[in-house]
Amino acid sequence: MSEEMITVNMTVNGEAVSKTIPVRTHLVDFIRTELGFTGSHLGCEHGVCGACSVRVDGDVVRGCLLLAAQADGCEVLTIEGITDTGEISDLQEKFVERNALQCGYCTPGMLMTAAELLAQKTEMSRDDIREYMSGNYCRCTGYHAIVDAIESINNERLGG
Amino acid sequence: MKAPKFSYVRADSVEHALELLDKHGDDARILAGGQSLMPTLNMRLSQPEILIDINRLNELKGISLDGDTVVIGALTRHVEVLNSDIVSAHLPLVTEAMPYVAHVAIRNRGTIGGSIALSDPAAEMPACALALGATLVVQNSGGKREIPAEQFFHGLYETARAENELLVEIRFPSQKKDNVSVFMELSRRHGDYAIAGICAYGKVTGETIDDMRLVYFASEDRPVIGEHAIAALNGHAWSEETKDAVSAALENDLDPMANLNGSAAMKLHLQKVLTGRAMDTAVSRAGGTL
Ligand SMILES: Cc1cc2nc3c(=O)[nH]c(=O)nc-3n(C[C@H](O)[C@H](O)[C@H](O)COP(=O)(O)OP(=O)(O)OC[C@H]3O[C@@H](n4cnc5c(N)ncnc54)[C@H](O)[C@@H]3O)c2cc1C
Ligand code: FES
Ligand code: FES
Repeated sequence: MSEEMITVNMTVNGEAVSKTIPVRTHLVDFIRTELGFTGSHLGCEHGVCGACSVRVDGDVVRGCLLLAAQADGCEVLTIEGITDTGEISDLQEKFVERNALQCGYCTPGMLMTAAELLAQKTEMSRDDIREYMSGNYCRCTGYHAIVDAIESINNERLGG
Repeated sequence: MKAPKFSYVRADSVEHALELLDKHGDDARILAGGQSLMPTLNMRLSQPEILIDINRLNELKGISLDGDTVVIGALTRHVEVLNSDIVSAHLPLVTEAMPYVAHVAIRNRGTIGGSIALSDPAAEMPACALALGATLVVQNSGGKREIPAEQFFHGLYETARAENELLVEIRFPSQKKDNVSVFMELSRRHGDYAIAGICAYGKVTGETIDDMRLVYFASEDRPVIGEHAIAALNGHAWSEETKDAVSAALENDLDPMANLNGSAAMKLHLQKVLTGRAMDTAVSRAGGTL
């Protein structure tokens, strides 16, 4: 079978891009290899680890389970994009302060997911945070420090 | 790993998708949320020739009330079902079950139709459909047909849907106001597929179980109605004695599959434990003392 190609147009981190790629390319391969944004990581490529989390039209999704072709016409934000907007700069600082990362492989995905949780602007228990973050694996930290960081930023943002 | 080569077509109408299904048969796969299909492609567990992407078919999305029936379009995402006021008011069992379906990022893409069409034995939505007596509406180029949930789930990833049919909507009868429902499951990590799970739906008067339906999932090759357990339960007050009788009867309903998550004996045990907990909860939700 020959390689079928498709031209996709989308906005990635605020910039319009247009590329012709094999139809089977998933979104994170597209972003990493065609656009050079290497912040989104690939751990498992079958939806289990969450390292590939990106935001598509406002929702966090698994970038390894979405074809780039499906994101045609969409607004895509990666860790680079939400770092630039400053949306989670407080959380990023807190991750450093609390040692919520060691090797850092899971961190972009953790931050993308936590950003969606914090955007809810509601009171939440540590159990709520753990449940929300349950789809993101970390093989280093043991999660405690990650929950600490998210909890303190949520409290700070709610003015506590 | 990376997906094998395939062709990709974005369907621009239901008719277009059905035409493609007719043409390609088993060589085609419908691409809905992709949350189960893409992993199998990336792991090269399946190698379809063509993916038919139905994500732009807005006519397959949405939740509405049609008299006493809640109609959910097949392409409605898990997150929309979870957050729907219609669903929480009329199908509290589904609202209770939905947080157990995978994780946030997966619920943002995965669809209720994909879940039911795939019919993973450990999936929550097929069990809810069976417990509530839903009707699955499938369509091919010749027209639509309705399949009761009782006749839809045939076995491991096998359903009554034919190759050239698209699941277009799920019709759930609204839960009766004087009934209660309980959803429970056990899994290793929140959001993972269940090891054992139960849906209970029916009527409790005082402490007497009047008319309860018990559906078990995850331990079997498909969701199953616990006929013997139900017979031992209905018409009885919920007591230690009833619990023992129901547990014993359940052995005639279930024949658990052993897998990495546990042995058949362990799963049977867990289903018994869940039955006890679910009925305790049902009685207390119905306002009985316990
Ligand atoms: C890490 C992980 C954990 C998960 N945990 C759970 C869990 O705990 N519980 C659970 O229920 N699910 C779980 N899922 C699966 C998830 O819920 C999927 O969204 C769902 O099973 C399939 O829906 P989809 O829309 O993504 O379908 P797709 O992946 O697009 O399709 C699945 C199959 O159904 C067919 N199909 C899809 N829609 C239709 C239709 N309308 N008509 C005919 N055929 C159709 C496809 O051709 C394909 O064969 C998990 C997934 C991942 C990656
Ligand atoms: S790489 Fe996408 S979930 Fe692991
Ligand atoms: S910091 Fe290493 S995987 Fe999370």
